Amino acid sequence: MSHSFPHRHLTGIYGLLPHEILFLLDEAEQWIALNRATSKHDDRLSGLTLINAFFENSTRTLLSFEIAGKRLGADVVNMQVGASSVKKGETLIDTAMTLNAMRADMIVIRHQSSGAVQLIADKVDCPVLNAGDGRHEHPTQALLDALTIRRRKGRIAGLVVAICGDILHSRVARSNILALTTLGAEVRVIAPPTLMPAAIDRMGAVHFSDFDAGLDGADVVMMLRLQNERMDGAYLPSPREFHALYGLTPERLERAAPDALVMHPGPMNRGVEITSSVADHPTRSAITEQVEMGVAVRMACLDVLTRKRRGVEGWA
Amino acid sequence: MNGSLAILNGRIVDPTAGTVTNGGILVRDRRIAAVGLFECPSDVSVIDAGGAHIAPGLIDLGVFSIDLKAFTAGGITRAVLMPDQSPPLDHAALVQRAAAAGKPDLWIHPLAAATKGLAGAEMAEMGLMKAGGACGVATGRRWIADAGVMYRILCYAKALDMVVISHAEDGGLTAGAVATEGEYATRMGLSAAPAIAEAMAVARDIMLAEQSGARLHFRQLTTKRAFDLVRDAKRRGLPVSCGISPAHLLLSDIAVGGFRTFARLSPPLRSEDDRQAALDALADGTIDLLCSSHDPLGPEAKRLPFADADPGMSGAETLLSLSLALVRDGRIGLSRLIELLSAAPARLLDLPGGSMTVGAEADLILFDPDKPWRISSDAMASHAGNTPFDGLPVQGKVLRTIKGGVALG
Repeated sequence: MSHSFPHRHLTGIYGLLPHEILFLLDEAEQWIALNRATSKHDDRLSGLTLINAFFENSTRTLLSFEIAGKRLGADVVNMQVGASSVKKGETLIDTAMTLNAMRADMIVIRHQSSGAVQLIADKVDCPVLNAGDGRHEHPTQALLDALTIRRRKGRIAGLVVAICGDILHSRVARSNILALTTLGAEVRVIAPPTLMPAAIDRMGAVHFSDFDAGLDGADVVMMLRLQNERMDGAYLPSPREFHALYGLTPERLERAAPDALVMHPGPMNRGVEITSSVADHPTRSAITEQVEMGVAVRMACLDVLTRKRRGVEGWA
Repeated sequence: MNGSLAILNGRIVDPTAGTVTNGGILVRDRRIAAVGLFECPSDVSVIDAGGAHIAPGLIDLGVFSIDLKAFTAGGITRAVLMPDQSPPLDHAALVQRAAAAGKPDLWIHPLAAATKGLAGAEMAEMGLMKAGGACGVATGRRWIADAGVMYRILCYAKALDMVVISHAEDGGLTAGAVATEGEYATRMGLSAAPAIAEAMAVARDIMLAEQSGARLHFRQLTTKRAFDLVRDAKRRGLPVSCGISPAHLLLSDIAVGGFRTFARLSPPLRSEDDRQAALDALADGTIDLLCSSHDPLGPEAKRLPFADADPGMSGAETLLSLSLALVRDGRIGLSRLIELLSAAPARLLDLPGGSMTVGAEADLILFDPDKPWRISSDAMASHAGNTPFDGLPVQGKVLRTIKGGVALG
């Protein structure tokens, strides 16, 4: 049976066709209105158990998935496992089999190792949603970013999107490159050479090490978070130098298109990759809107991935 | 019986003469007594080869585990054991114990750890380990970062007339890396090192070997630039050699797609360009031998996220079958392949075996170079089925393994 989203799991943007990405974005639109209403509730996932298994610390993404699940009526259980307690013995597969035996209807996973979510998805009976695996993929972030851009700009195809910062370690960058190029945008990646992965052009992005050149005429400027531990001399000399060369300031933003949108997946290092006046800009910044779209996109993903299981007509 | 045995009606592959001829082998007192056409005595047991090929038993340089069943299935009669054991082979008693571990079915030839605990800092007792049966010195899974330490190891080994076997990957570049830098590592978000990490290590070690006069062997080389350096060193007459596993000749880094931990190897799989360069280096003689790098790892080491899994593959029992593809593809001839798998490692480490001449140890295999079968992780003789070739249909299989005139299995 063919339907609009013929995938059991959402482990990445890789492998999704343009119309499948657009389908998820369209589905997300309906939840924006609900989320803005006084009564934010829908019962379609009633009776289903959603487990958020986070092997890496997270506050905002976990919260976003928890709210998304609860607003759709699911029984949501959060499992925050620090990397250290997993190291104590139980393997990832054993943990996954435990969750499976508890009859989860949907498992959302974040893990610090690339490929970990795929490994679990291959072993369990229910749909698995990747909430970030290592530096591999973070598909719901790319979807919420695409939704934010589409709502603000009215389209994605033909836009120039500049993704700036630590591309090497960023799953957000990888998922966004895949999603935005699939939807027809021109994606530029801007990073210091030490934080630029090899052969990134093969993923369809054009790379820049000069921030100003990369920003030139961009319609969207997406800043990435720079982890503090990268700035201690191993990858970068200092936060100060990074800010001087790659920090988004109001002056720098002038290089981009006049109505360029500023985005950041959060949490921000204010004063390092982005200055507060840019981050808080009343018209240009879409950063809080991204957070709002995140809940809607995650509701859409939870709904779509459980349709087969719920016996929704045309999906079961 | 005294190991008296006649193998008749076979095709004899002689790696030294470079010939494949019809005939048989007569074995007496664990040694080859006659080759080719001979009068079959009445007091020997007879194996009818039925047209199968007869070749010297394989000598696998650089295995990480003593895995008798896998070696027998793969036709390996002598395995050169890496010092990366638990505890590391850095003491004569440990070497002696390892050397006795496989007898009588299999001879284990241990390599002495070059440094204490394989830590790369202090020299281990190479001389005493040689007396205990070590056939060479090895740096282990890792490169020795300190050039001074490596230089002194080479000088010392030279005086002992021991070959030094190096792992060629610059440790600074490869720190934390689990893949070769390139499109696939980038797409998958894997920590990666540039392929030149290998050539950098090779360049330094060749210079140190030249300075010290020591014999140097790189257990596995896998990149174009490293082969160029070895080719050049050979042209200059330096005693430098290198090996490679069939996996690096048959697979490129595309195989790690889908985070397949069975394809996590050390050194990691390389780009297609480097794989092609390896095939060229095999054809032109730059590569001296083939080895399996046999390292059986169970699910506790492999059923993990890619970066958390241990590198290594179970390769002993597929060594010949996979290598035969190189013959079918016309890269090398059959007798050359057998030389790479037996006579060449024997020569390098001065081991018995690898020969089809009268008087040589009767370490023999019977194999059918065309027999089709399918590699299956679940049906391997090895301790573990961690092969990146799971499910691959291959041609060529070892039928019998004969050690010292005794048919095994």
